[in-house]
Amino acid sequence: MKLLAYFRSLGGKFFRRSQLADDLEEELRSHIQHRADDLERTGINRAEAERQARIEFGGQERFKEECHEALGGNFIEGWINDLRYALRMLRKSPGFTFTAVVTLALAIGANAVVFAVLNALILRPLNVPQPESLWAIERKASFVDPSQSYPDYLDIRERNRSFEDLAGYTADEAGLDTGQNPSSVFIALATGNYFDVLRLQPYLGRFFHPSDEHGPNSAPYIVLTYAYWHSHFHDDPGVVGRVVQLNKHPYTILGVGPPGFHGTLLFFDIGLFVPMVNVEQIEGTSQLSARDSRWVFMVMGHLKPGVTPAQAAADLNSIGSYFEKTYPTEDGKMEFLLARPSLYGDYLGRPLRAFITALMLLAGLILLAACANLGSLFAARAADRSREVALRLALGSTRRRILRQLFTEAVLISLIGGAVGLSGGVVLLRELSVWQPMPRFPMILDVNPDAKVYIVALLLTLVSGFLFGAVPVRQVLRTNPYEVIKAGSTGAFGRRITARDVLLVLQITICGVLVTSSFVAVRGLARALHSNLGFEQQNAMLLDTQLSMAGYSGDKVLTMQKRMIDAVSAIPGVQFVGLVDQPPLHESWNPSNVFTDQTTDLRPANAASEAIQYNISPGYFQAAGTALLAGRTFTWHDDKNSPRVAVINQEFARRIFGSIPHALGGYFKLPDGARIQVVGVVQDGKYTTITEVPHPAMFLPIQQSPSAQTFLIVRSERDPQQLAAAMKSTVHELDPGLPFYIQPWTQRLDTALFGLRLAALALGVLGVMGAMLSITGIFGMAAYSVSKRMKELGIRIALGARREELLRTALGRAFRLLAFGSAAGLVLGILAARVLASLYHESPGDPLVLGGTLLAMALIGLVATWIPAQRALSIDPLILLREE
Amino acid sequence: MTDQAQLLPGTLDLLILKAVSLGPLHGYGVLLRIGQISGRALLIEQGALYPALFRLVRQGLLTASWGTSENNRRAKFYELTTAGRKRLQEETEGWNRLAAAIGSALAAQREEV
Repeated sequence: MKLLAYFRSLGGKFFRRSQLADDLEEELRSHIQHRADDLERTGINRAEAERQARIEFGGQERFKEECHEALGGNFIEGWINDLRYALRMLRKSPGFTFTAVVTLALAIGANAVVFAVLNALILRPLNVPQPESLWAIERKASFVDPSQSYPDYLDIRERNRSFEDLAGYTADEAGLDTGQNPSSVFIALATGNYFDVLRLQPYLGRFFHPSDEHGPNSAPYIVLTYAYWHSHFHDDPGVVGRVVQLNKHPYTILGVGPPGFHGTLLFFDIGLFVPMVNVEQIEGTSQLSARDSRWVFMVMGHLKPGVTPAQAAADLNSIGSYFEKTYPTEDGKMEFLLARPSLYGDYLGRPLRAFITALMLLAGLILLAACANLGSLFAARAADRSREVALRLALGSTRRRILRQLFTEAVLISLIGGAVGLSGGVVLLRELSVWQPMPRFPMILDVNPDAKVYIVALLLTLVSGFLFGAVPVRQVLRTNPYEVIKAGSTGAFGRRITARDVLLVLQITICGVLVTSSFVAVRGLARALHSNLGFEQQNAMLLDTQLSMAGYSGDKVLTMQKRMIDAVSAIPGVQFVGLVDQPPLHESWNPSNVFTDQTTDLRPANAASEAIQYNISPGYFQAAGTALLAGRTFTWHDDKNSPRVAVINQEFARRIFGSIPHALGGYFKLPDGARIQVVGVVQDGKYTTITEVPHPAMFLPIQQSPSAQTFLIVRSERDPQQLAAAMKSTVHELDPGLPFYIQPWTQRLDTALFGLRLAALALGVLGVMGAMLSITGIFGMAAYSVSKRMKELGIRIALGARREELLRTALGRAFRLLAFGSAAGLVLGILAARVLASLYHESPGDPLVLGGTLLAMALIGLVATWIPAQRALSIDPLILLREE
Repeated sequence: MTDQAQLLPGTLDLLILKAVSLGPLHGYGVLLRIGQISGRALLIEQGALYPALFRLVRQGLLTASWGTSENNRRAKFYELTTAGRKRLQEETEGWNRLAAAIGSALAAQREEV
C-alpha cells in the first residue's frame, strides 16, 4: 500500500512534473491568501497584508524544494539535474574534458587489457570438468620439469595413493594424409586413459580407452579436436570410422572431442590425439621401455577427494625414494611437486604469473597516477570555481549538494573515459586473441573479455572517479562564501605544501618507477639481441621436418638425411648445409648427464655435469656459423664403425677438463656407459634461453647418434624467398610425402625472443603512458600556477625582474616537485627493476638505465613546462594591470 | 512570542495528524487549528508545514483533495486515512507514556530517592 503510494508519487513526479509544481505553487499561494485575509481583518490594507503574509511564510523556494524532497524521488531528479549541469560544464571546457577522458581511457584501457590477460591465463580454470582438483606432477630437477619417462609414469600411476588415476601425454608433429596432400598436424600422444582421467565426453563417436591398448603399436586410433574437425573436416559427421594415413600408417578416426577442448595446455592448439602406445609409428623410435628417457611431456590427474597437494607430493616423494633405490643409474634422486597443468606447470607458470602480476601492479600504478593527475586538475578547477561554489552556498545550497555535483562530474568523466578505454581494450584483446606470434606453432590464446573483465573495468572506473573526485572535497568543505566573494579567488595561493603538490610528487614518483622499469626492459632486450648467440642467424634458412612423418625409420633415416643434404647443397648459391636434430634456442632441448672418464658408478648423483646434446652432421658448424676453437669437426667417416667422438663447447671443456688443451683428445662418458673422445672445441653459445648463464654443450655425429627429427641449416646469400622456393621443390622431389617447414633462422628466433619482446613491449607501453601522464600532470600544475600568479608576475616584470628570476618564481615549484618525484621514482624503480632484472639478467644499476631515466624525466619536465614558461615570459604587465 | 515553545523534533507530524483528525483542513487551517488546540503555545514556521504535509501524504497517512475554503478560496484539503488514524493513536499513546515518564522523573523529590 505504502509502496504503491510511493511509486505513484514517484511516477507522478516524473510524468506530471510541471503539474505538480503548479499544484504546489497554487497551494502556497492559497495559504498566503488565507493568511492575508486574516491580517486584512486586523485592519491592514490588502497589499500590505499580502506582503506581510509572504514575509511570515519564509523562503518559498526552499520549502518548495523540501516538498519535492518529501515526495521522494528527489534524489534521482536532483541527480539528473546534476548530470545535466555536469555535461554543460564539461562541454564548456573541452580541453579539460578531453585531457581527462583520454588520460582515463588510457589508464582504464591498460588495466582492462592486463586484467583480461591475467584472467585468461591465470584466473580462468581449464576448460575441463572439475579443473580445481586436476594437478600435474613435476620433478624438482635443476629446474622444475613435468616430464617423466614412460616406465616411471606407469610406476607412479600404480604406486601412488593420492590420485584417482593419472594420464600422460606428449605433443608431437605428425604427417596426416587424408587422401589429398599430406600435411603436418600437431598431435598429442596420450595414454589410453587420457580422456577418462579428464572426465571428458566425446562430441561425436567415441574416445580411446585403456581397453583399446594391447602393447606397442596396437591402437591405431585418432580422436580429433572439435576445432580441427571443424577446420579440416568441415564438420562432417561421417569422419567417424574413416581410415586415414598418419605418418604412413593407417589410423581409424574414432571420434571428435568436445567443443573448446584443445588439450590441457592453455596456449597450444592440438589437432588430434593418438594413443601413446603407438609412439613408435609416430616418432620412428620407441622409448616406451627406456626409464631414463623422459619424453612424456606431462603426467596429470585428479586428486582423490580430501587429499591436499602437499599430501600428494609427500606420497609421490616416497615413490621417488623407491625409484632412487631401485633404479639408481636411471632415476637417481627424485622429488616431486604438484602444479597446474594449463601453463606447463611451474616451469612457465611461475614466471608468467610473476610477470603478469607485476604488469597488473604497474597498470594499477598507471591508474593511480592518472587519478592523482586528474585529482589535481579537479582541485585546480574547484579552486577556480570557488566563486561559483561560494555563491551557491550563499544562496542556500548545502555543501552536500555541491559535493554531489562535483562527484557527478568526476564519475561522469570517469565513466566516459572508462567506456572509451574499455572499447579500445576490447578491440586490442580481439586482435590479441587471433594473433599468431609464432607462425610455426598453432598458438591459441583466448583473452577475449568475459563478464569478470567488464565488472572489474566498471569497478575501476567508479573507484577512480570517486578517488579523483574526492581530492577537492576538503577544499569545498572549507569554503567560506563570505571570504571568497570578498577577496576573490586569487589570494589563496600560499607557500604551504598543498594536497595538489603531494599528488603531483606521488604521480611523478609512479611515473619514475614506470619509466625506469621500461628502460630496464628495453635495455635488457637490446642486450639480449646483441649478445653472442654462438651462431650466426643472418643469411641462414631453416628447413625442419620429422622424417618419421613420412615413414622413415632405422637406417633409412640417415640415408634420407644424407640425400637431403646433398640435394640442397647442389642448389645454386648455397654455401653450406648442415643438419642438426634441434637447433640451439629451440623450444625444447635435450639435456644429458655426463661423467668423467674415471667414473664407474654412473648414477645421476655422480654426474660431472649436465650438458645439452646436439646430434649434427658434418658441416653443421660452418652452416650455423659457429667458430671452431681447437681440434676438428666431424666427417662422414665418424660413423657407427668408428670410435665415438664429440665436439664440445668451451664451457664443457672448462667444467669437465679444466681447459681446452686438456679437453682435446680427452674422454668422457654418457649415462649409457659410452666412452666418448673429444675431437674438437667450439665457442660457447645460447642454447635454452637467450638470457641463460653459459651451459656445457656437446655435439655428437648424427651417424653415431641418429635422430629422425631434422633441421637443415642452409647458409646462402641468396634472396630468402627464392632460396626457400628452391629448397621446397628440391626436397619435394626427394619425397613428395614428407611435410616440412621452411623459414629464415631470424624468424625462427623470434619465437625464442617472443617472451622478452612482449615483456619489453608491454613495459615500454606502460613507460610511455607513465611519461605522458607525467607531462600532462606537470603541465597542468605549471600552467595553473602561472595563470594564478599572472598578476604577481606582471608586477615583477614591471619592477624589472629578469627572465631567469621570473622563471624561477613561476616554475621553480614545479621543477622542485619534479626533481623530488623523479628521485623517489628512480629509487623505487630500481627496486622494482630487480624483479625484471632476473628476467633479463640485467643489472638494475646499469648507468645507461640510470642516465636514461634521468634524461627522460628531465625531458618530460622540459616539455611539460615549456608552454607555461613561454606564457610567463610573454606577460605584458601593462595589459595585465589594465585588465585587473 | 516569548511564551511560545519550540517544537520538539518529530512532533510536528503528530500535531498535524491530530489537527486533521478533528475534521478535514487546508494547510493554513491546520496551522490555525494547531494554534487553537495548543492554546497558541507552539511556534510553527509556516512554510515548514508543507514539507511535513507532503511527507504524510506520501506515507499514506493523509489524503489531499482540492475544495473551496470558508473564505471562498480554492484550497487543498487534507483528511486522515485509516492508516493515519491508527498512526495517530499509536503516536499519542507513545507520547503520553513518554510525557508521563518524564513528568514523574522531573517531579521526583529528594526524599523519594
